[in-house]
Amino acid sequence: MDSAEKLQFQILACKARMGAIIGTFNAKSGHPGGSLSAADIYTYLYFKEMNVDANNPHWSERDRFVLSKGHCCPSLYAILSLKGFFAWDELTKLRHVGAMLQGHPDMKNTPGIDMSSGSLGQGVSAACGMALAGKLDKKNYRVYTLLGDGECEEGQVWEAAMFAVHKKLDNLCFIVDCNGLQIDGTVEEVGGVEPLDEKFKGFGFNVVKINGHDFDEIENAFESVRKVKGVPSVIIAKTVKGKDVSFMENQVGWHGMAPNKEQYEVAMNELTQKLNELEALV
Amino acid sequence: MAQIINKATRESFGLALCELAKTHDDIVVLDADLAAATKTSIFQKAYPERFINCGIAEGNMIGVAAGLAASGKVPFAASFAMFATGRAFEQIRNSVAYPELNVKIAGSHAGISTGEDGATHQCIEDIAIMRAIPNMVVLNPADHYEMTEAVKAAYAYKGPVYIRLGRLAIDSFNDPETYSFTLGKGITLHEGNDITVIATGLVVNEALKAVKSLENKGIHARLINIHTIKPIDRELIIKAAKETGRIVTVEEHNIIGGLGDAVCDVVTAECPVKVTKIGVNDEFGYSGPAKQLLELFGLCQSNIEKVVEDIVLNEK
Repeated sequence: MDSAEKLQFQILACKARMGAIIGTFNAKSGHPGGSLSAADIYTYLYFKEMNVDANNPHWSERDRFVLSKGHCCPSLYAILSLKGFFAWDELTKLRHVGAMLQGHPDMKNTPGIDMSSGSLGQGVSAACGMALAGKLDKKNYRVYTLLGDGECEEGQVWEAAMFAVHKKLDNLCFIVDCNGLQIDGTVEEVGGVEPLDEKFKGFGFNVVKINGHDFDEIENAFESVRKVKGVPSVIIAKTVKGKDVSFMENQVGWHGMAPNKEQYEVAMNELTQKLNELEALV
Repeated sequence: MAQIINKATRESFGLALCELAKTHDDIVVLDADLAAATKTSIFQKAYPERFINCGIAEGNMIGVAAGLAASGKVPFAASFAMFATGRAFEQIRNSVAYPELNVKIAGSHAGISTGEDGATHQCIEDIAIMRAIPNMVVLNPADHYEMTEAVKAAYAYKGPVYIRLGRLAIDSFNDPETYSFTLGKGITLHEGNDITVIATGLVVNEALKAVKSLENKGIHARLINIHTIKPIDRELIIKAAKETGRIVTVEEHNIIGGLGDAVCDVVTAECPVKVTKIGVNDEFGYSGPAKQLLELFGLCQSNIEKVVEDIVLNEK
């Protein structure tokens, strides 16, 4: 990836993180931690990897994305807005009565959302169904689904994993946002899902491990899994929960808590400074 | 006189799917390792490329069906009623009903007539569970001919539908020449103004035999077949309440949350009359031959007849 392109992605991801802070602050609730850890992956998916059309969100040939860890939607909403699916202003109304942007993704009312989700473990199965439909219809679209490492404690994830391998869904790519934290503590303390790579290998997946904040690694991973035939792939992305907001990084407490006014200002100052630095490099 | 067909509605369902699939390429059928029992095996044989066995994983099956529906397919996902609506309840609620995806869920081996397998497999809660979910249509066809039409109607309707299927072979009573299925509309099978019997599913035929027999005793009972439990035919029920003043409901389901409660919801709001519910009295079933169990639970002609007769003689 050339440096100009990478810089553009870093700028977009920074804006997506700002969107997550704006959204959760105005909502006085929501999930900033995982929204910040997944922001770089969303950026790459929507601005490089996926073939989508913001003017035609239901285009039948589009690539699909299912956010199985639905609570991490604030930064996804920001990316969808930056991509042109809806106005940025919607983020300030996140979780408000009558708002388009619900606390968890709602495919019926939010352009760009391919599947309603929020109950952990369910999105991966829907992604399998979409990939299977693509196979049945001999279409070329690909399906991506992002899940959390904590989410891998749900049995349905492994039902879906078994299904995806059995049905040879090589048009399907799981991405695990491994930020290491869940509501009650570290994933290691609470559920013990590791070693995830060995587990997915055992199920028959093509497994790629990357740093989920490094766009070169993200790009290489998505390019490599595209070439794999006959089996689904999983990209296990090591990430930092709360990434780029100093007081949120690696803090369990920021899973599902909104910043107050003071915290909002600190977070926005940090992200604005980062954005200015990045834009100065353009 | 129409030909009487002795078939389980699960078999009628499998046959109807095959017929429908001839002209509708978007139909796909999913099962969770029970194809031989739910009779989706009939479809599997005819359309192997459109049949998806998901293995023993009902939650994933419903999620896969949701994804297929989101991509333009019309999936029919089948399992035993117990596992489809019980194990996969939340997948049905959040991945199908909330986004209003066009998934049809078929729950076979519903009720105590599942028989010898016993309580773990005798689902007596599926109607209650499914009707409590917003956006969900709930169908409980009563015989071969009704199931055939119900499958077509479920396909024609855009949105989530639950269809209850029975294991036990039963005699048909409808006449295919005159029968017509309208989603949400009950069918008056027998006229009468002394009392109304409202029945659903596998026990409708027993109720029909009961009201015909009562006619010989000078009791004129109206019989309404409710094949669509949600949305329920309010108009027909209110009319019956007003004209007959007394209702008995019959269902092979827990008396909590099923047809009886759905009827009570309507009459208490618009025309309060006494309602007596014949069903499973909030208890688990047990192993035994289906017909014997139905008799023991009072879901048979003789008990329906007795309950109705007692009410008419003692109360009216």
